[in-house]
Amino acid sequence: MTAWEQVVELLSSPLMQRALLAAVLVGAAAPVVGTFLVQRRMALLGDGIGHVALTGVALGWLVGSWAGLVPQDTLALPGAVIAAVVGSIVIELVRERGRTSGDLALALMFYGGIAGGVLLIKLAGGTNANLISYLFGSISTVSTADLWWTAALAVVVLGVGVGLRTALFAVSHDEEFARASGLPVRLLSMLVATIAALTVTIAMRVVGLLLVSALMIVPVAIAQLFARSFSRTMTLASVIGVVVSVAGLVLTYWQDIPPGATIVVLAIGVYAVAATLQPVLRRPAPPQDPHPDMVDDVLLVDDVDDADSAAVRRPSPTT
Amino acid sequence: MSTPVIEATGLGVTLGGQPILDGIDLVVPAGEVLALLGANGSGKSTLVRSLLGVVTRTAGDVRLFGAQLGPSAPWDRIGYVPQRLPAAAGVPATAYEVVTSGLLHGRTLRPPRGHKRRALDALADVGLADRASQRVQELSGGQQQRVLIARALVRDPDLLVLDEPTSGIDIPTQATFVDTVSRLHDAGTTVVVILHELGPFSSLIDRAVVLRHGRVAHDGPPPRARGEHAGEWHDHTHAHPDPEPPRSGPSLSVEVNP
Repeated sequence: MTAWEQVVELLSSPLMQRALLAAVLVGAAAPVVGTFLVQRRMALLGDGIGHVALTGVALGWLVGSWAGLVPQDTLALPGAVIAAVVGSIVIELVRERGRTSGDLALALMFYGGIAGGVLLIKLAGGTNANLISYLFGSISTVSTADLWWTAALAVVVLGVGVGLRTALFAVSHDEEFARASGLPVRLLSMLVATIAALTVTIAMRVVGLLLVSALMIVPVAIAQLFARSFSRTMTLASVIGVVVSVAGLVLTYWQDIPPGATIVVLAIGVYAVAATLQPVLRRPAPPQDPHPDMVDDVLLVDDVDDADSAAVRRPSPTT
Repeated sequence: MSTPVIEATGLGVTLGGQPILDGIDLVVPAGEVLALLGANGSGKSTLVRSLLGVVTRTAGDVRLFGAQLGPSAPWDRIGYVPQRLPAAAGVPATAYEVVTSGLLHGRTLRPPRGHKRRALDALADVGLADRASQRVQELSGGQQQRVLIARALVRDPDLLVLDEPTSGIDIPTQATFVDTVSRLHDAGTTVVVILHELGPFSSLIDRAVVLRHGRVAHDGPPPRARGEHAGEWHDHTHAHPDPEPPRSGPSLSVEVNP
């Protein structure tokens, strides 16, 4: 079979088509949100939301089994969306109030999220095995309904993240100035947290809740090695996100390896290579005077005068 | 008389249980250049931040251009220059991007038409036209200060608030600040500037408010330097002779018993 035929076969599989579409959407959206998170020094927010979302998955499952829905996990994604959004807003409120207590409160929430998920899934009549696909992703089981959800949420995330990027940049870059400009700082901060929560839930099927944060953060880490501006970082990170997601997924078509972990390992590999090559690849700035408008030399005339008079003015240390 | 630009009555701020400001009354008429003076910790920065709504006030009332602080205040008429850029985050940002963020205010969440031209013009005004696409983190301290000025000026404010614009800045850059402020003053802009010493701004200042322990200690014409310090060519930053070393001799020790 030629390489071309293999590609055609890959693209003609409906399962692979859905998975590829999901990978492209998530790969593009996650780093956009990640750029704001890295700038706000909240790179681990996605991770925290992921933990909380697990409780939402189990809660959705529980409600589904009570309502007798088939399959039982019909409400898992809506449950995750609700839990993630609520969790992200609580985290943001905690952050706003101060740091020392915030650290602890976040830790409580993360572990509460995982423990709550495990507990609730048992109550719902499921097992921990049911949670594994959410924790580590199961892109091969993406259904058409899942895809619609993913597409709708990705459009929201990209629309907000790109459409309001200047405002979100202003708030993330200098919160004090944003307040002094009368910007709705709290609302915009909540918006960042909310689109982060939505991203977590759409990336859940692709890379899994435990690895979501990697897809949000690692492409940004790669992009900022090379980009000079915020918007370039965001664009480049998004492109890298799509490339590693699709490449990771395609690899799993021929090799029996888990897609979520493959994508993340691939991204980290790219980062390692990029960070090593960065000094070589990035075009060096031409050597120039950083302050052409300033007088270069410090005038030393006064110093000469001082030296003459110092002997007279300064009491000698020995006296 | 026209509406004062800033009108604060009985302003009080408490941070972490500590009263920082207490009973501040301040009215700044249009076109005035007001210097806020005082020692470190006297509440100068907190006063400015509470006037602009960065710090929530615990007592009193603030009006800017006659409007209450809040979403409906005329934020486009106010330009704020903080003391320095926040510590660099991981994501790079260019001088142009930082200045563009100054075009957003109140409920204007997207940059208006022609924002590119305006941002580049503002950078050119502070002499950084050729630095627009450089990372702000890579600029020198003085250049970062000028980016912050450009971010405040890009929206053509009628009130400019500067927090210690000359701290840690060399004399030539200070001079460009003074030029900028004097040009704005001539155009009718109201300026509130926090200073440690009047220094190069002294000729521009109409009025000075001195804070001490969160209260107004002086409000009136700028205090003049005393004695030989007032001389036009007096050098404030000369080396003083070394202090006399402590005399060696019998020492006194004190012991306190409960």
